Amino acid sequence: MPKITFPRMGESYRAFKMLLEDLGNEVVVPPRPSKRTLDLGIRYAPEFACFPLKILMGTYLETIEMGADTIVTTGGVGPCRAGEYAMLHHKILKDLGHDIKMIVFEPPRLHPVNFIKNLWALNKSGVSIRGVVAHIRRAWRKLQAMDKAEQLSHVMRPREINRGDTTRVYRKVLGWIDQAYSFEQIIEAESAAMEALGSISQDSKRIILKVGIVGEIYVLLEPASNLEVEETLGNLGVEVERSMFLTGWAKDNTWSETTERLTVKEAASPYLPELVGGHGRDSIGNTILYAKRGFDGIIQLAPFTCIPEIVARTILPRVSKDHDIAVLTFFLDEQTGKAGMTTRLEAFVDLLRRKKLFGRGAEPLTG
Amino acid sequence: MTVKVGIPNALLYYLYYPLWQAFFNEIGVQVVTSGKTTKDILNKGVREALADACVPVKLFFGHIMEIKDHVDYLYIPRVVCVNRKTVYCPKFLGLPDMIRHSVTGIPPIIDVRMDTRQGHFALLKAYLEIGKLLGASKISVFQAYQKANRVLGRYNNLLRNGWNPHEAMSLLSKPGAVLEKPPNLGLKFAVLGYPYNIYDSFISVNLLEKLRRLGVGVLTAENISPISLVLQKNCGLPKRLFWTFSDLALKAAHFLFKRGMVDGVLHLTAFGCGPDSLLNKFIEFEAKKHRNIPFMTLMIDEQTGEAGISTRLEAFVDMVKRRKEALACQK
Ligand code: SF4
Ligand code: SF4
Repeated sequence: MPKITFPRMGESYRAFKMLLEDLGNEVVVPPRPSKRTLDLGIRYAPEFACFPLKILMGTYLETIEMGADTIVTTGGVGPCRAGEYAMLHHKILKDLGHDIKMIVFEPPRLHPVNFIKNLWALNKSGVSIRGVVAHIRRAWRKLQAMDKAEQLSHVMRPREINRGDTTRVYRKVLGWIDQAYSFEQIIEAESAAMEALGSISQDSKRIILKVGIVGEIYVLLEPASNLEVEETLGNLGVEVERSMFLTGWAKDNTWSETTERLTVKEAASPYLPELVGGHGRDSIGNTILYAKRGFDGIIQLAPFTCIPEIVARTILPRVSKDHDIAVLTFFLDEQTGKAGMTTRLEAFVDLLRRKKLFGRGAEPLTG
Repeated sequence: MTVKVGIPNALLYYLYYPLWQAFFNEIGVQVVTSGKTTKDILNKGVREALADACVPVKLFFGHIMEIKDHVDYLYIPRVVCVNRKTVYCPKFLGLPDMIRHSVTGIPPIIDVRMDTRQGHFALLKAYLEIGKLLGASKISVFQAYQKANRVLGRYNNLLRNGWNPHEAMSLLSKPGAVLEKPPNLGLKFAVLGYPYNIYDSFISVNLLEKLRRLGVGVLTAENISPISLVLQKNCGLPKRLFWTFSDLALKAAHFLFKRGMVDGVLHLTAFGCGPDSLLNKFIEFEAKKHRNIPFMTLMIDEQTGEAGISTRLEAFVDMVKRRKEALACQK
């Protein structure tokens, strides 16, 4: 039987594993990206490939070592590079002598046939269409539960009294959600998770800063690629809100807290009316929405050489000035060190704190 | 006083300047260019643009700095797609916005959007919009557009006939003039890459001239008939490369390797270029299949030195020459 693997993005692998197994596949879970993953990725991916492409290259090679022979991934129609990752990965792997099958999901709206064909190929145990839909819905629900838990952990971490409580509880509740299988179990695990996280003892008098995180999707969703920036910020007393989750965006908040009811696209359009691929336009739009909601600062995370984020970063200083909000950018690659990043984060948080306490004008920080 | 529109000698300049110039002149607008890239322009660009941007975009910023104070408008069209299939690099797509929001003290920008996926008349509409902005009548815009397209047709013909953009532009401007055809040199190389790198003699460290002096004739993607390129389809990949210039370069590579029309292939790539990370690898894979044609990648950045490039080029040319001689002896 083929052994299937897929790209890893944060904790989402738990839901994808469940789904693929439900369809009767044997799954090789991609390991958390490590130093070795990066080394492999750098060795075999082109030098100026964006960081996610390199990490995935490494991950694929690791999972192949673990026995995987089929990779399921997503395609895309541009204009950015992500849509062509799969064919480059495939060629490189072939060149290295790995006879790998690639199942590439294109956007179903544009390529419905491709979607059905791929789903069919993955449906090993011949589940009925109804059954497939039910499996997908359950996996989606699991993703939602994990996203919710993660969101709450971002709120709790800066307020925790005992450093490390949140991370510990968060790890634990992820296990609960992971174990849950039926729809009811997932919902149950989710409420247990929320309760456990919510009852972490917290210091309600602390002054908490709020920072929005914008940028490219992979480095936002895979903590190993952003050196756990959210955890570091939480420990510095910052509540982070990430602009992107696999199951959706923090739209509800956005809508109710800004009076103008702007969408991300509308907010961005005075600065960048064009879709430049990836999430460049979202980075700008979300920065503006966070500013309108009274956030203290923004952190932009971008892979090194990331085209859309370079466009966004070029424009962000103006946005920062117009909307009086400090923005700090990290271009991430294999050379980014945690110590250096933490130093810059501390300086940034210091600046935000001074501004919050003494109301000084924001100096846009450059990245 | 006539209105002055500034066009930077960067990026799309090398493919569309003749069209733009003809169009603007025809509607009674004066065109000002920023001239050839100089050290000073590069420095300005490096200072003004984001450090993480690629060299060509930095150069674009430099050229903007060079002309911005001398013109009434800057012409930075948002060229998205002109063939209904491939788009330009996302940095082109955000070009007017990057300039507008990060350079201070710039004149109004003409940033009409050109995207032929929106219909057959999208380009004409874009030019009508420009005309309206500059106060030209619809009729005159229409005539100017047709004339400009004829000029572009002639320009493209010259390119197909083996002239490079500089030569082609001077032939266009001096009808009847005769340029000396490059002597039939012993070797022929394909130089692949983006026109704004290959033909900018400053940033390419005079690559074309250097090759000529080494006795090597040059063929670029612009010299190949579009039909031969289209016939390459997706170059054996499940999808074509999304970006116009990258797609063309890969097709040219496949065409030339297959036909064996050249003695060597050079890929000129810029430091920090996103699409090139894929393009270069795909060309490399193709080169592996055709070991009889040597392949080399040359990377340029803002610090590329004369000496480094010259040595590598000479070594490469020598190697190709020796191989060719050796092959000739065997026969
Ligand atoms: S958005 Fe950035 S990281 Fe993603 S494919 Fe494009 S360049 Fe790469
Ligand atoms: S194609 Fe490469 S060199 Fe050209 S603008 Fe895009 S990133 Fe820069």
